[in-house]
Amino acid sequence: MNPGRPEATHVAVRDGRILGVGPLDELAGWGSYTLDDRFADKVLMPGLVEGHSHVSEGTFWRYLYLGRFDRMDPDGKLWPGAASIEEVVARLKVADVKLGRSDQPLSGWGLDPIYYGEGRVTRQDLDRVSGTRAVGVMHASGHIFNLNSRALRLAGLLREGVNHPGVPIGADGLPTGELKGPDAMTLAGSHIGFDREVLANDEPGLRSFARLCVRQGVTTATDLANLLPLEAVAMMRRVTDEPAFPVRIMSFRRFQGVTPQQAVDHVVDLRDHSTEMLRLGAIKLFVDGSIQGFSARLRWPGYYNGAPNGLWYTMPRQIRELYHLALEQGVLVHSHTNGDQATEMALDCMDQALRDEPARDHRFTLQHCQLADAAQFRRMKALGMCVNLFPNHHFYWGDQHYQTTVGPERALRMNACATALATGVPMAIHSDAPVTPLGPLFTAWCAITRRTASGRTLGASECIGVADALRTITLGAAYTLRLDGEIGSIEVGKRADFAVLDDDPLAIAPERLKDVRIWGTVQGGRVFPAAEA
Amino acid sequence: MSETSEHVFARKTPVTIPVTVIGGFLGAGKTSLVNHLLRHADGLRIAVLVNDFGALPIDRDLIVGGDGDEGGDTLEISGGCVCCSYGSDLMDALLDLPRRRPGLDRVLIETSGVALPGMVASSVGLLEAYAPGGIVVLADAEAVRRQAADAYLGDTIARQLAAADLVILNRCDLIAAGARDETLRWLEEQAPHGRAVPAERSVVPVELVLGLRSGDRASNESSNELRTPGGIAASVLYESIALTLDRPVDVDRLAQALTTPDAGVLRAKGCLHDTNGRLVTLQIVGRRPEIADAPAGASPGTLVVIGLRGRLDRAAIDQAISGRGRAM
Repeated sequence: MNPGRPEATHVAVRDGRILGVGPLDELAGWGSYTLDDRFADKVLMPGLVEGHSHVSEGTFWRYLYLGRFDRMDPDGKLWPGAASIEEVVARLKVADVKLGRSDQPLSGWGLDPIYYGEGRVTRQDLDRVSGTRAVGVMHASGHIFNLNSRALRLAGLLREGVNHPGVPIGADGLPTGELKGPDAMTLAGSHIGFDREVLANDEPGLRSFARLCVRQGVTTATDLANLLPLEAVAMMRRVTDEPAFPVRIMSFRRFQGVTPQQAVDHVVDLRDHSTEMLRLGAIKLFVDGSIQGFSARLRWPGYYNGAPNGLWYTMPRQIRELYHLALEQGVLVHSHTNGDQATEMALDCMDQALRDEPARDHRFTLQHCQLADAAQFRRMKALGMCVNLFPNHHFYWGDQHYQTTVGPERALRMNACATALATGVPMAIHSDAPVTPLGPLFTAWCAITRRTASGRTLGASECIGVADALRTITLGAAYTLRLDGEIGSIEVGKRADFAVLDDDPLAIAPERLKDVRIWGTVQGGRVFPAAEA
Repeated sequence: MSETSEHVFARKTPVTIPVTVIGGFLGAGKTSLVNHLLRHADGLRIAVLVNDFGALPIDRDLIVGGDGDEGGDTLEISGGCVCCSYGSDLMDALLDLPRRRPGLDRVLIETSGVALPGMVASSVGLLEAYAPGGIVVLADAEAVRRQAADAYLGDTIARQLAAADLVILNRCDLIAAGARDETLRWLEEQAPHGRAVPAERSVVPVELVLGLRSGDRASNESSNELRTPGGIAASVLYESIALTLDRPVDVDRLAQALTTPDAGVLRAKGCLHDTNGRLVTLQIVGRRPEIADAPAGASPGTLVVIGLRGRLDRAAIDQAISGRGRAM
């Protein structure tokens, strides 16, 4: 990512920063040195930057993983995917036995019944795990729970007469056990171990997340987003200040429950709490919902299956005001827009805000932005906006997008990385962990191949090359965080952050980029082997 | 199955708190309505849940304490009322509320301008501690039709109106009578299960939004008891009548009569004996009837009905009551 030194044999490090990169004889000019050749047979690339993740990925590993695909936990253990509902139930049964006679709830996560044909998971399925213990499983999307009868009863929902779009009713007149959407889920969370307070301020979760980062070569990761109450900030400060904490965390303040002025004031205060390892002072805003949840706002002609249009999560007037105030204060705002109508609205709001408060180099970023078309990328360019696209969706839900949500044509242009690059929109790509697994090299593979789970290539014209993909997961993401002067490339003066790889990502076949073996990281000059994470 | 059946047949919690959801686009007058209701709560202990404290949700002179200015989430209101910001989670706030504030009479939820009040109301319906108290949507007389045509927000406004039991067409002083009446007709098309009423500065009878109190007795003759303080005298626009129900009534038929498009009923509440011997409460908000087993200790006999003056079809209502013997 350093055009002057695209490849080099040596890198010199002093005080956690890069003193120089190049041949040894050049670097020797800096004076006496210790030669560390432990990475002589490795490849160092700039530390990977995850521009859209949630620290809760670390928290979720305390629950039982029940996803369809193999996934690595913070200990490096690879959990195989569950191929059927039967397998999901079998794993829960094993875990139930381990819990013994205690009445502790049994909690799982990562479930994705979309892969199990027409069948849905019901409370009867989970009753086979336990009739006496509350059993609850969160779906991969994070937007649905499945409960057994005991858990439904504790939530006050095992009764007739429940009438709510998020609570399907079975032939017996009782809820089937599926709870969709935050309102219905809130009633059950505390009974099945998904306690909101725990999820909001979870020290062990933060530590687990950091270990996952080491395993994936990530040296800077975002937490997008957090309400950042004082106690959570204090905890994050304390943990990230520890000498052996391996990853720089940038935590965005979620815009929710406060006015634009209050949100901007809050993060302006938080800037003073920023440290080398904990970056604060930016805002994340939700404009709409998700495509697979049919809550994203789409422009005409809407959803392919005819579902009604999605939901606005923030008033346009508030968005304009937030943009305006943030521009005035130099505060960075990242906006979640999944559907193309949400993207259009955010662009309109930005256009107006910039007329009222002209600003250069603001780096306001559209997050996900999955359905943007070429004209919208041109507007982003004109307004000076960045984009952080979500190619992991191609692999995990691309087939469903093709068949059901947005239909073939728009599925083929989803996450239009090639268009973004051709238009000159500064771009990052992301995992949205825990929605999909943290792993920028996998995300890069998704952007390169656009392969779905069934093997379809979702729009070959939007595939990007390996070099571009590697730039987006380092310097590209750093740019959207206003950190490109500090990280993202191996260059004199920058932080000594490296992903240490056993394979050369430029030499390996692009098709195999996701299989590149990761030895660990160097962060601020400190060495973190994945094997010891 | 024994474990499940115990819950299926469990009786509802006897005391439930009615929840009114107040929706409508930004600027339609939701906050004015809430202040109007709090100012004239007249002993009712109301909890108002608002999304945020940003734009000062409550008039200063009504606030007697709290930490709203310091970033807290509770304002104490005169008369034992309270205003809480629910910020990140309305359901959590509702779950906590009965513990934090025992003895509440009513809950008002002021939704954000892009929220769908129908979805909020159905979520409230998941909580056994609460009872539906109606969905009230405010509309700005000058702006609502333009807003409903907005490329981004038109369908959201249509969905807000479609869920309404009562639509309050606010700021009617700013448009001509002809335009007002046309807009009211249009609103009733948009809100097929609701009724639309005109208002200025969000002033409407308190009972219209909060519901009639148990034991309310309106006079058969006039609507003097309807409280529309600060506005046009209630008796000019509204009337309320109390009907005696001393014999069993076919409650389904009565509900149907009260909710026909021409009945003119805005709200009704009564406790009566059904023809099959059940003691039930009948509540109507807009055109939505709610029939439930009466709580223990309820005394039957009166149905109170509120409507726009001159629009209540008294004859049809009387007929539905007296027709009890001929039903089916």
